[in-house]
Amino acid sequence: MVDLRPVVLTAVALAVAGCSVPGPGGAPDGIHDPYEEKNRKVHDFNRNLDKKLFSGDGPGYAGTVPPFVQERVSSFADTVSLPQTVVNQLLQGRLVRATSSSLRFTLNATIGVGGMFDVAKEWGLDPDESDFGETLAVWGVPEGAYLEVPVLGPSTERDTAGDVVDLFTDPLKYVVPTPERYIGTVAKGLDTVGERSKFGGTVDSILHGSADSYLQFRLMYLQNRRYELGEDAPGADFDPLAVDTEGF
Amino acid sequence: MTLFSRRHFLAVGTAAAALPALPAFALTSGQASSLISKMVDEINTVISSGKSESSMYREFERIFKKYGDTPLIAANALGVDGRRASGAQKKAFTEAFTGYISRKYGKRFREFIGGRLEVKSVGSIRRGYEVRCTAFLRGTDPFQISFHVSDANRFYNLFIEGVDMLLTERSEIGSMLDARRGDLDRLIADLRTAG
Repeated sequence: MVDLRPVVLTAVALAVAGCSVPGPGGAPDGIHDPYEEKNRKVHDFNRNLDKKLFSGDGPGYAGTVPPFVQERVSSFADTVSLPQTVVNQLLQGRLVRATSSSLRFTLNATIGVGGMFDVAKEWGLDPDESDFGETLAVWGVPEGAYLEVPVLGPSTERDTAGDVVDLFTDPLKYVVPTPERYIGTVAKGLDTVGERSKFGGTVDSILHGSADSYLQFRLMYLQNRRYELGEDAPGADFDPLAVDTEGF
Repeated sequence: MTLFSRRHFLAVGTAAAALPALPAFALTSGQASSLISKMVDEINTVISSGKSESSMYREFERIFKKYGDTPLIAANALGVDGRRASGAQKKAFTEAFTGYISRKYGKRFREFIGGRLEVKSVGSIRRGYEVRCTAFLRGTDPFQISFHVSDANRFYNLFIEGVDMLLTERSEIGSMLDARRGDLDRLIADLRTAG
């Protein structure tokens, strides 16, 4: 087994040091975005890239590949990502979830024909995923500033640090030899493309149909991510009685 | 023995002091959950009706007006800009905004064709209740949609995987108004076809 500790520790140190915390009044409405100008440029780049990749007239991945095959690719991508999920759930001290994910991996990799069928789901083991960004959150590292990353899209300083660490914490990388290893990467890539196509209408309406798609993406990403991490009870503080509805 | 014992007086006094904290009409969790169940049934019926896109949006708008607190959602979206609006503008805005939301969210609900929404649980929030639903779609993992129901027994907010409609629409309406240099009439006119 390769010793990952130095890599992980260094990355954690960088991540903890790198996540900026807003000063007083520095995060109106819970949004800390000191790099807005730069982020907006990256957002425009991502938006144009998305347009080139997904709004063409020709049939894309979702249009040409049969749904059955797409589902196999999706299940396979999910299965090969499970060892990494287990590593992170262990680092978070979530033993029940880690056990469940290990069991899902074992079932799907064997009975599920090398991960192509999500048989664990039929047995009541719901899909669950985790990453090092979540691990950092569990460890108490602040979210940091909002970031829009080229190609990858919306993120935060903490999640970007997590993504970098995750490049090194996939156990499969250390046991699967080189050419075969990339099959998983390709499947994950295809699955991402499939998801983009499946939710095409939603993404298009936000990315290309809103008045300020940068603000909409930022708001939606942060809310969704905080919800996933259980950091935020959405709308908990809102008081409907405080809204002045006179005349509406 | 006096008519009002000291203990009795204290009990009444405490109850009276507690009263103003309670809303005039307290909704029960069962009522909140049945409101959303009925709405979800109506949405499911529309989704599986196979009607044309435009008639589905009309149906969604009818459902939204019936179950949603549309004046509150509209007033919140306009925010402080609502203070300088005339009575006629406020009414026109609510009407246009309701259509816009019905089309925008209706488009998402149309993606549920072949899928369904199910009410799962209900819990207390600051004002009223949160009714949690799960959306089951073909080819995707189930995801969560929650509705916040006020004491007026209307839903005033919905959350798709934690994304808050009130916040999102307030930001978007603000951006639309900025793009029109604060011209409320232009915003209202454009909202009639947007979404």
